[in-house]
Amino acid sequence: MRDFLRAYPAEAKLLAVLVLIVGFLSVASPQFLTLGNLTSLLNNNAVNLIWAVGLLVVLIAGGIDISFAVAASVVQFVAVSVLIGMGGGNWALGFALVIVLGIGLGLVNAALIHGFRIISIVVTISTFNAFFGLLMFFTGGRSIYSLPDWLSQPIYLWEYQTETGWADIRLPVAVMVACLIATWALIRHTTTGRQLYAFGDNPEGARRAGINIWLMQAIAFGWCGMMAGIAGLMQAHITREVVPNALIGRELDVLAAVVLGGARLGGGRGSVLGCVLGVMLVAVAQNGLNLLGVSPYAFKMVVGIIILAAISTSNIDLAAILAPKRRDRE
Amino acid sequence: MMDRLKQALGPEVPGLLGFLLLVVVVFGLTAPNFLTGANLGSIAFQLPELGILTLAMLIPIISGGFNLAIIYTANMAGLTLAYVLMQFGGAEAGIGPFVLGSVLALLVGAASGAAMGAVIAYIGAHPILVSLAMMIFLRGLGEFLTKGGDISGFPPYLATLGHGSVLGIPVPLILFGVCAVVWHILLTRTRHGFAARMVGSNLKATTYSGVHAKRTLVLIYTLSGVMCAIAGILMLSRFNSVRVGHGEALLLVTVLACFLGGVDPFGGFGRVAPVVIALVVLQVLSSGLNLLGANQHLSTAVWGLFLVGVMILRWGAERWKERKRGRG
Amino acid sequence: MTDLPPAICFAKVSKVFGGVKALQDVAFEVGQGEVHCLAGENGCGKSTLIKIITGVYQPEAGAEMALFGEELAAITPNLARQRGIAVIWQDLALFPEMTVAENIAFESLLGNRPRRVDHRALRAAAEAALARLEVSLDLDARLGTLPIAARQVVAIARALVSDARLIFMDEPTASLTQAETDALLAVVRTLSARGVAVVFVSHRLAEVLEISSRVTVLRDGRLVGVYPTEGMTQARLTELMTGKTLDHQVRARDTSGDPPVLEVEGLSRGNEFRDVTFTLRRGEVLGLTGLIGAGRTELSHVLFGMNRADAGMIRLEGRVLRMRSNRDAVAAGIAYVSEDRLALGLIQPQSISDNAVLAVLRRITGASGLLSPKRQEDLVAHWVRELAVKIGKPGDAVSTLSGGNQQRVVLAKWLATEPKVLILDCPTVGVDVGARAGIFRIVRELAAKGLAILLISDEVSEVHVNADRVLHMAGGRIVGEYDPRSTPLQDMEAAVYA
Repeated sequence: MRDFLRAYPAEAKLLAVLVLIVGFLSVASPQFLTLGNLTSLLNNNAVNLIWAVGLLVVLIAGGIDISFAVAASVVQFVAVSVLIGMGGGNWALGFALVIVLGIGLGLVNAALIHGFRIISIVVTISTFNAFFGLLMFFTGGRSIYSLPDWLSQPIYLWEYQTETGWADIRLPVAVMVACLIATWALIRHTTTGRQLYAFGDNPEGARRAGINIWLMQAIAFGWCGMMAGIAGLMQAHITREVVPNALIGRELDVLAAVVLGGARLGGGRGSVLGCVLGVMLVAVAQNGLNLLGVSPYAFKMVVGIIILAAISTSNIDLAAILAPKRRDRE
Repeated sequence: MMDRLKQALGPEVPGLLGFLLLVVVVFGLTAPNFLTGANLGSIAFQLPELGILTLAMLIPIISGGFNLAIIYTANMAGLTLAYVLMQFGGAEAGIGPFVLGSVLALLVGAASGAAMGAVIAYIGAHPILVSLAMMIFLRGLGEFLTKGGDISGFPPYLATLGHGSVLGIPVPLILFGVCAVVWHILLTRTRHGFAARMVGSNLKATTYSGVHAKRTLVLIYTLSGVMCAIAGILMLSRFNSVRVGHGEALLLVTVLACFLGGVDPFGGFGRVAPVVIALVVLQVLSSGLNLLGANQHLSTAVWGLFLVGVMILRWGAERWKERKRGRG
Repeated sequence: MTDLPPAICFAKVSKVFGGVKALQDVAFEVGQGEVHCLAGENGCGKSTLIKIITGVYQPEAGAEMALFGEELAAITPNLARQRGIAVIWQDLALFPEMTVAENIAFESLLGNRPRRVDHRALRAAAEAALARLEVSLDLDARLGTLPIAARQVVAIARALVSDARLIFMDEPTASLTQAETDALLAVVRTLSARGVAVVFVSHRLAEVLEISSRVTVLRDGRLVGVYPTEGMTQARLTELMTGKTLDHQVRARDTSGDPPVLEVEGLSRGNEFRDVTFTLRRGEVLGLTGLIGAGRTELSHVLFGMNRADAGMIRLEGRVLRMRSNRDAVAAGIAYVSEDRLALGLIQPQSISDNAVLAVLRRITGASGLLSPKRQEDLVAHWVRELAVKIGKPGDAVSTLSGGNQQRVVLAKWLATEPKVLILDCPTVGVDVGARAGIFRIVRELAAKGLAILLISDEVSEVHVNADRVLHMAGGRIVGEYDPRSTPLQDMEAAVYA
């Protein structure tokens, strides 16, 4: 327990807050702790979570990416257009296409950052504008409504009838879990992942130790691009349409959730668990407010307050409170 | 004399002016109506909104932070003014309510900025996160108050502010000019502006020098909020309506304009003059493309590519200088 | 060990950069398991030599190089690493967010091809390295939570994991307390006993002289000589490094008749310092010495209003001072030159001019309420002249200046506030030995003009020469007061370093 607090202080705090909210909501609203509600929470947040772990890798490596949601739109549009042009395609082809396109867009960011020594926020704000502008220009803002059948049919992986209705888990949740596990495996259990942490933590030290800097940037932004692409495909699958300007603006919400989850702007710190907690805290709060009958317009306001409150208590050190004797070592 | 001017305006100015000239010449030759009064007038009316918002973004970046809440702060300020005007009869409201509403709008802007500044300075949270949270909060608050709709029907005299001209110069442009000059003086000739630059480079060392760095931070974000409020009032009079989310797309463009104007993304360095020129370049680009038949979206793309291009050129210039120094 | 070939045996090493001779015909030899010092001022060629040994630079033709008895025509970074040469730079190049184990066994995480991390093997390797150093650390602790000394041990352990047989340590004791230094030296002894050679690279060698067997001194790219450390003193070493005979003439004078400016009575704060009482008089240089960790910097932070005392009182010119922040201290006429010039003393990327006026913005404000560039220019020009700061343009970044000139800019910043009391916290850290004399000349001139100066230093010789009186601080208390005129340097050093 104490080790967990020491290794993941931000995550531990967030978990405590999440537990409190869940506890409160399960008392306050009978619908909250139903299977149907919990599964729909998962279904509705799969896309955000896929983005979140992609962004996490970039943040760990000391960068920031503003362009991923727009990149997802680009990938979505290009991939679906190509698939339709090919006569439909299938899931395997779809995934292959969005992964390749996503990595490609991520590598554009990485190449600009590394090749010309421009910091990532400048590059990704540029590519944010460039990707979005070009997408809107070439599509003329037109949406694609007739997706191939395989893409637009919801896929239920698990269904269960409860007293209050059907609870189900759909494909995007499975894809999300796979992305989470892949990201976790990458950053925790591969040498490359640990190099990403080291690079974000102390770039000069990493360079001196012989870490390939270009490789780090390429993997971080390539991974983020890949996740953006996958999330884009899932979004199209869920909404059964491709709207070029549907995803713009989501990047900042995801960024807030990931940073809330303990990833540090500046690099070297962050975990998949924190990402999940950050995204779910926001989602659960909104869901709870909805169930409590609060006006939907008030949701976001409350989310803002929750994040502000979480930041404002961030200097409270739980580990130090639980282990006062260790204080002198801090 | 030239040296002094260059020092006062910043080393980026000649390069940016060169770009401006290039853009003007290219569009002057290719777009038939480009160098007409009507077109220049429309540029002059479009520039101030983005310009004032960019000024609001500028000083937090110089102080080593960010203010991602600028758009919604402007919206909230506009909303405040709109409410006051509505209370006094909407389209029939007189000048008094406008003044009262504007003062309240400025106060709302200042309050939201001060709250952010306080959390950043006294809790030490990252400005991106704080302003992001504030942005989400204000967006929610605004949508809650307006139920997602818009408020319109304001007194006709507001059109003077949004669309009028004095001696042939558009009123919004005059407003922007005044704001830019005030900001320039603030940054170069006041203690707070001086401290803002120092805080941007090293907060701790600034504190050790006996400067009240935390108060400086609070003030920076407060002033940024006030500037947002001015933008909000201007937007209200230009659109003759207020909707939460108006100008949303401008948020990252303001950051782009700052970087284009040579503001250091790490803080500590940045000047008003090059940022203003960068804004003019962006607006001219977009208007020229518009005349050539492209839409706003292509302009957005070109803006992004333009920033990348300029950063690459700066990188090249730096390398070239280094090589020259290495040889000498 | 005498039958083993030396770890390093270099001769006739020269290196020229664009016409400048960075190294000229230098020889350098370190035996296996030897603890050696490489001494010299900044710019003497120390780092060039290390970079040649580690293969970063190639020497000019004609150099003779041998590592562990093997003659080598050329050395590449990889070759040096394979032969067991490691460098621990002062900034350590560690990863504060990663665990101790990962930092130590970092080498196993390298490589472009992704591999699975064997967490167990990683811990085992880290544990083994620490065991060889005979120290124990929490392997799962985040490195950033460890004190500097422990991080240095981690850096050494990291070198051991990659089978280092010769470790260069760059300024290793710069920020360590005495206890930490002792622990570090114990580790070095262990290493030496196991046949690993250690070379200390430093220009402050007091702490490491005793466990080293020889010292190689470089000056202006040339070898001055190799000397046994037995009988070597810091003073003699300084002379060898600078080539100048520094006069150790004591300048203390009797100041007991001068009016008191700063009176401190029974000042205490937490476990930082306790019951500190002293008087600082007008025109006096009061030395405050003691080992790092004695509470000197903590005391100066309270005197400068950065922290508040739990008990006791501070009087300035007879009036009791109550300070809520250092702004009150500055307003009252107390100035503080921090020991950490890089992070706290100056704002490195900003200009010399802006740094110089930062503490007196009100003074350069014109009648209009706006800052006056003219006043700023005049003020900066005045202090540049007064303190003989060597600068290019006032608009250049302060980071472009040498340590000595940077320190003069710090002094200018504070003197512009027209202080009554000037606290100098280790003012010569990172300043070349040759440039230190210039700083102290300024200090004495200021005192002669009536400024009351508290001179904090961990080099007893500095305060012995430059102070009128010397206080000795240890364990957070003032434990002694000396008059340099009646107490010889040796006695004072014996008391402080005991």
